[in-house]
Amino acid sequence: MSEEIIKDVIIGENEDYIINMGPQHPSTHGVLRFEVCLKGETVKYLIPHIGYIHRGIEKMCEANTYPQIIHLTDRMDYLSAHMNNEAVCLLVEDALQVEVPERVKYIRTILDELNRIASHQLWWCAFGMDLGALTSFFYGLRDREHILDIFEESFGSRLLHSFVMPGGLMHDVHPNFQKRIKEFITYFRKKLPEYDQLLTGNVIFQNRVKGIGHMSKETAIGYGVTGPSGRGSDYSCDIRKIAPYGAYDKVQFNEILETGCDTWARYKVRMAEMWESLSILEQLVDNIPEGDYTAKMKPIIKLPAGEYFQRVETARGELAVYAVSDGNKSPLRMRFRTPNFSNLFVMNEITAGHKIADLIAISGSLDLVIPDIDR
Amino acid sequence: MLNRQELTDIISGFVPEAEFPEGKQLLEVIVPAEKLFSLVENLKSDKRTAFNYLINHTAVDFTTHFTVVYHLESTDFRHLVVLKSLIADRENPNIDSLTALYPTAEYFEREVFDLFGIRFNNHPNLKRFFLEDDYGYPLRKDFRDEVNIIER
Repeated sequence: MSEEIIKDVIIGENEDYIINMGPQHPSTHGVLRFEVCLKGETVKYLIPHIGYIHRGIEKMCEANTYPQIIHLTDRMDYLSAHMNNEAVCLLVEDALQVEVPERVKYIRTILDELNRIASHQLWWCAFGMDLGALTSFFYGLRDREHILDIFEESFGSRLLHSFVMPGGLMHDVHPNFQKRIKEFITYFRKKLPEYDQLLTGNVIFQNRVKGIGHMSKETAIGYGVTGPSGRGSDYSCDIRKIAPYGAYDKVQFNEILETGCDTWARYKVRMAEMWESLSILEQLVDNIPEGDYTAKMKPIIKLPAGEYFQRVETARGELAVYAVSDGNKSPLRMRFRTPNFSNLFVMNEITAGHKIADLIAISGSLDLVIPDIDR
Repeated sequence: MLNRQELTDIISGFVPEAEFPEGKQLLEVIVPAEKLFSLVENLKSDKRTAFNYLINHTAVDFTTHFTVVYHLESTDFRHLVVLKSLIADRENPNIDSLTALYPTAEYFEREVFDLFGIRFNNHPNLKRFFLEDDYGYPLRKDFRDEVNIIER
């Protein structure tokens, strides 16, 4: 009898309780809304709603020339701005059969890796902060400042530099470039172990990230999850290895793979990638060949009619650019297959059944940048 | 990893009507829209090809027709193929959805529906993604927006 009465008291037990997370929730790092269906504290399912920062970059590309398009690609994944720029440059160079000087390839690859470290630093500090460790935020931003200073000295801007152009670079790098990078490598090699002491070895942190957000390799491939998030599921998807561009065929580096498939594995991949990027930088920085900073290009770039496809590895995964040209100076159609778009939609699969507090950790481990999803 | 000729032979075994345009950067295949789903199903399940990763899916408006483009890759063998289907019907364009084969296709297709107005048969949740229901299809070449887009 008494049991029946308690059953009656629980109002709406069989109803879905929907809560909207976002579009202004700090842990989404941008304007993204999750429609979360809860049962108590447990997530039943989750629907991401996107489009809050849709700017129609693909439509804008159809009215702009190729050098102008480079400045639009910055605004997709602003933390991998250089890799986005490079994707369009490589596509144009490939279409025009331009051979860029060796010096350009080396500098571009160095910038790729600097940008990757800067992006992973920001991810690390924001991830710690999402889970309540505010100190990590200050550590990460402090060290990222050194990279942004190198960028500022050479290109005049810190975040969106648009420094690469079809055929080469906009201008030569600053004379201090190599010296500053070497200083940074020595500095960061000392600081990176501090990250491990502060967060990686922390028992509270480990208990919060271990064993949640399980994403099997098949799920990762099916949803097209690439980058460190995919490699945490033992899915080998590094474009730097599969289709090397720039100077990646001249350096020795390992593709970091983890078999844990959970949030902790994705965390470990990014931490190891920072060490790997430092080692790539060390191999390149002393060997930058002398030479021109750009190949000879025509003032107006027109791609021959046809279709072109280029893939690069950004800090978050695979960026593929697909362009259709009809022989004019602007493309007929430009398509960006951005890594975050695919990485986002695996969220429902890997959060179902977890507590709502774990949702923050899981979405943090995917390292989403919202303008890259909406474009 | 299979080379172009071997892939061409396997694909023409599945779909005899398939066309293979010459002189392209990647191996391209043009298949009739109604044969696309069965071809992809075969390419995915066949042990020799094992195309299990849909890199990219999009559409292009050539004003006379739409071309639907799929970039497929095998994560085991790392060979790549570009599949295309032409849709001539501009009033009611439609093609079969690949959601049953690749979960990521659901979202790529929703985006194509949102921006081109191409309908995907058997799609579980075909709704507008970024834009409102009455906005029109902005990536079509005949789209006009007098307020927001300045013609040059």
